[in-house]
Amino acid sequence: MELDPETDEYADSETDARRSERASKRTDGREDAAADVTPATAGPNTASTTATPTAENEATATEAAAGATEPDAAVTFDRDGLRAGFLKTIPVALGVGGYGIAFGILADQAGLSVIEAALMSATVVAGASQIVAVELWADPLPIAAVLVTTFAINLRYSLMGAALQPWFKRLSATKVYGSLFVMADENWALTMRSLKSGAGHGAFLLGSGIAVWLAWVGATIVGTVAGGVVGDPTAYGFDFILAAVFLALAAELWEGRSSLLPWSVSLATALVTAELVPGRWYILLGGLAAATVEVIRRGE
Amino acid sequence: MASNALTLSLDPLVVAVVLAMALITFLTKVGGIWLVRRFELSDRLEAGLTVLPGAIVVAVVGPELAAGGPAEWAAAGAVLLVMWRTESILLALCTGVIAVVAFRTTF
Repeated sequence: MELDPETDEYADSETDARRSERASKRTDGREDAAADVTPATAGPNTASTTATPTAENEATATEAAAGATEPDAAVTFDRDGLRAGFLKTIPVALGVGGYGIAFGILADQAGLSVIEAALMSATVVAGASQIVAVELWADPLPIAAVLVTTFAINLRYSLMGAALQPWFKRLSATKVYGSLFVMADENWALTMRSLKSGAGHGAFLLGSGIAVWLAWVGATIVGTVAGGVVGDPTAYGFDFILAAVFLALAAELWEGRSSLLPWSVSLATALVTAELVPGRWYILLGGLAAATVEVIRRGE
Repeated sequence: MASNALTLSLDPLVVAVVLAMALITFLTKVGGIWLVRRFELSDRLEAGLTVLPGAIVVAVVGPELAAGGPAEWAAAGAVLLVMWRTESILLALCTGVIAVVAFRTTF
């Protein structure tokens, strides 16, 4: 994790001005950061003298104690952060709702009841893995394939969660792990954006996660019920939703030339495996082949 | 297996698998930040993990499209075009579904 210089500057200027109680009131630090940047006179030593945490000036103390040398210097976990995360995520949550409806329809096609689909959305809270899981769904249930694929698809969350650590260092385990329960791709991205701006909203992830969770669970129920009413999904193109969702995801995840080799390896492996091996193991094999090739390539 | 979406049935096996999925997913979400305090991931391993999401998405969609025909391929192109232009997942999704229905009647 590299330090964002903007974050440091912002935290410094806040410490100088002793306006840190107000820091959490700010909706977003981006513009403030530019306006507030003053020569950083308060170094780590100056700041540490004020580090006496009390209930009232906890924000000040936390910020000052770290001497604004680390990203977590100004991070607090409060209602303002929660609200900021929730409100800023509403537009994105509408998009998540689109996925949720798609998932609900697919879950219905797979034979899940409304309550089973809603339970999955409420407890798993990881879109792509849920969509693949209901694609794997069959009678009898391929339990091993579902669980292993879920793990493989969601392994990326380990890296995304780890990326939050510089800001979450001083938050309690309950707050960190509780927030991570509702972490999804969309609200993780918004949270990283907010944290990097120096807004210091430790509760942003939880707030944005709640917005995503509500949209995801609500849309799942709508999609499952609509799917039950719709009947033949091909007539409305609903059978194409999975491919469309993943194509859209692919367009988002594409990182230019560095993606070319792993994606080609994955695609080729998946296409060959799909021909030779029954079931959906090609998804896992494609991903693993790409990761292996990347590990080998980095070693050269 | 649940038989009908409109019933509120709860199959014990389905519930067990869903909760196992939830547990596994939660462990993947917290696992990284838990580990990062203890071990330093090698750059190679981290690079390998970083390519996983995209690689898995491609592995899902490749065979899915290969099993389709010209209508699906053209609609796939429309999804990518809209996504590239607007970066709106919702818009891309709607375009894809409308396009595939239109192309299926055309081709």
